[in-house]
Amino acid sequence: MFKWFRKDKGAPPAIEAPPPPAAMAEPSSALPEAATGVDAAIAAAADSLAPAHRPAVEPAPMPAPTPVVGTVLSAIAAPAAETERVPALFAGEEALAPEPPKPRSLRERLAASARALTASVGNLFRRNPKLDEDLLEELETALIQADVGVTASSELVEQLRVRMKKREFADANALLAALRAQLTGLVAPHARPLRIPPTPRPFVILTVGVNGAGKTTTIGKLAMRYRQAGLAVMLAAGDTFRAAAVEQLKTWGERNQVQVIAQGSGADSASVIYDALQAASARGVDVLIADTAGRLHTQGHLMQELAKVKRVLAKIDPSAPHETLLVIDGGTGQNALNQARQFHQAVGLTGIAVTKLDGTAKGGMVFALCREMKLPIRFIGVGEKREDLREFVAADFVDALLPRELGQA
Amino acid sequence: MFENLQKRLTETVNRLRGRGRLSEENIREALREVRIALLEADVALPVVQALIERVKGRAVGQEVLQSLTPGQTLVKIVHDELVAVMGARNEELNLNCPAPAVVLMAGLQGSGKTTTSGKLAKLLMERRRKRVMLVSCDVYRPAAIKQLETVAGQVGAEFHPSTPEQRPLDIARGALDAARRQLIDVLIVDTAGRLAIDQAMMAEVAELNTALKPIETLFVVDSMTGQDAANTAKAFAEALPLTGVILTKTDGDARGGAALSVRYLTGRPIKFLGAGEKLDALEPFHPDRVASRILGMGDVLSLIEDVTRKADQDKMEKLAAKVVSGKKFDLNDMREQLLQMQNMGGMASMIDKLPGMPKLGDVNAMGAMGDRELRKMVAIINSMTPKERRSPDLLNGSRKARVARGSGTHPSDINKLLKQHMMMEKMMKKLSSGGIKGMLRALKGGMGGMGGGMPPGGFRR
Repeated sequence: MFKWFRKDKGAPPAIEAPPPPAAMAEPSSALPEAATGVDAAIAAAADSLAPAHRPAVEPAPMPAPTPVVGTVLSAIAAPAAETERVPALFAGEEALAPEPPKPRSLRERLAASARALTASVGNLFRRNPKLDEDLLEELETALIQADVGVTASSELVEQLRVRMKKREFADANALLAALRAQLTGLVAPHARPLRIPPTPRPFVILTVGVNGAGKTTTIGKLAMRYRQAGLAVMLAAGDTFRAAAVEQLKTWGERNQVQVIAQGSGADSASVIYDALQAASARGVDVLIADTAGRLHTQGHLMQELAKVKRVLAKIDPSAPHETLLVIDGGTGQNALNQARQFHQAVGLTGIAVTKLDGTAKGGMVFALCREMKLPIRFIGVGEKREDLREFVAADFVDALLPRELGQA
Repeated sequence: MFENLQKRLTETVNRLRGRGRLSEENIREALREVRIALLEADVALPVVQALIERVKGRAVGQEVLQSLTPGQTLVKIVHDELVAVMGARNEELNLNCPAPAVVLMAGLQGSGKTTTSGKLAKLLMERRRKRVMLVSCDVYRPAAIKQLETVAGQVGAEFHPSTPEQRPLDIARGALDAARRQLIDVLIVDTAGRLAIDQAMMAEVAELNTALKPIETLFVVDSMTGQDAANTAKAFAEALPLTGVILTKTDGDARGGAALSVRYLTGRPIKFLGAGEKLDALEPFHPDRVASRILGMGDVLSLIEDVTRKADQDKMEKLAAKVVSGKKFDLNDMREQLLQMQNMGGMASMIDKLPGMPKLGDVNAMGAMGDRELRKMVAIINSMTPKERRSPDLLNGSRKARVARGSGTHPSDINKLLKQHMMMEKMMKKLSSGGIKGMLRALKGGMGGMGGGMPPGGFRR
């Protein structure tokens, strides 16, 4: 399904991609299975529901929905069967070279994220390359399924519609290229990686986010990143609430020879981080990364606690924290915006990291975040390994979501 | 942002007023709104499409109920469908098997498996009097085992120790043996978070499931999940014979469309909601509540439930009868209502359930104020003579001064109360139909005048 992902339009498919027949056979053979799986689930659901809505509808309890769900879901499901093929296609982070076997590249890891979108868009163009309303509608569908959001998706597609009516696009490819440009245009201004400047020292990074977003893991990866860049890193175990959070960070520190400042569980988070900043200044540390307990953005008192951490830091260094990084789970839906808003209001964010983009989550809410929050997107997490934290690159992100070329299999 | 589907729908279908029947034609635009609402609530697109079809099927040709506008009728259908999809009632954890009953927890990273394991242990120990053992098969994330151990200690459950060097399968088998020996009723097995596309990890959890033969295999899912809930739920349902779902972090402001997607695509009931940081914050799942929340209607149904359960039925009916018969709504009746409102947990808990209300800290302050207000008003009425209570018109300046002294308030407070009484009386007169529903409406009207915190008419219409 990805074989056209990076392929030149004119080039014979076999050069860069597995032979089309095989690639094609895979999804199509996966289709019935996936479809039946869903059908079974729906049938099961329908069984239990039948009495409730039998009166209104014709004989079959669920006439229309089944095919709809079946096809859309199989579009989602099919690519999973293709995981094996992905590396060959997505290898090479910068290079467009045919087969550089550089495993676990960004594109490869993002491949998963891209799957549903590319799959459905791909199907769409293979099936129906005509420039018409159906095409736009299905593009909108694809965007929505990537968590881009209804409003944003509709707007994007509306712009395309206007341009299509003016006959700006020669074919579906041109239309997709335009969409791609639009999406890139939305995120590109916000793709500003976090580079540690020579001053101030220590450079303080405060990480915040909801429970289970991946703060501690991201901190671990960040620490590794800066350590490898030759900086002296220290961690502050500011999550004093969750059971064993301190141990989690300590384990991380031990494994990677990074100092961790911690007090016991239940200590005051602000006090731990304050201590850590003092220690960091005394020991000449370059980067101090402070963990905080996950908290839902709706809990006022916990948000105030974060504000306190910030205030306390400012007592030692008025400019600290130099980066307040919001960590968001890539699987989050429209709630991501609420999270960003509330955290921004409480502590004044300066950057965002989006985690867990190596799964089937597509991270489309990044567009909404860019549109409204206008905060820099610093990093994306694409795996569980230390090195799986990447700088956010707009073109790559969009590339992984939308194919540049369209397959004509 | 999107506030209230009902309001929006009512606007869209406004011009349907006067028509007695919903048709495909006249609900098209309204259904578009429903679609957007569902998508904004993060219901997965395939599920939205299926639902819209079902709603269309049910709505077309439907008579518009007399007491409802077409918009409301449609919302009711959508709501009913949502509830139907999510299962009509709450399903309990099934523990009917020879001890130890094994409960396996599975889900993505950060969905809340470990915390939920602890909460579940506490719930089973306290409400079902079970001996519970916890064991962690998460050998990947640093300190994950330690986290579960701490949680087990906090809730007072047995804990089977494990180390990151062990294989998850060996840990699980060891724990099962230990549970048998120690006559444990329920063994809760926490597993590492895993991505649905990670085939090795999915195989591992499937293997665990085969070895443990759990009576419950629970899928733990974050209520803030977006469209990906569809992929993930499907993949987990294929890899594991799921028996139920636990939705976590529902105390946030996510609309929880994931609940619907997961329920629909796995066909498995949602058994619990995680709703807070504390270890007792695990609640049985009520489909209708979540349906209302997805639709942005607040927890109206829970409110109705509360009112019907806690309000004194007899008194309510007496009052309703009085209203219907056209008799006056006097201060005695008002006092009853105020007391009943206090009984229901006061303003704070009622406001919490109303749609369109902010869920942030200031609500508490406002609610507390409202509760003080309530007590004050009751005190004022208590300071009146029975005659005054029956005919408030008697209250002249000197009587008011006396009542104010008696209740420790100001004459201006008395005036405020009388004004509110007048408003409530007006409301009561408007009620053509009595009964609980009518009463509820009246109650709301009363609150609107009293708390000052609620927008007039910001509810139901």
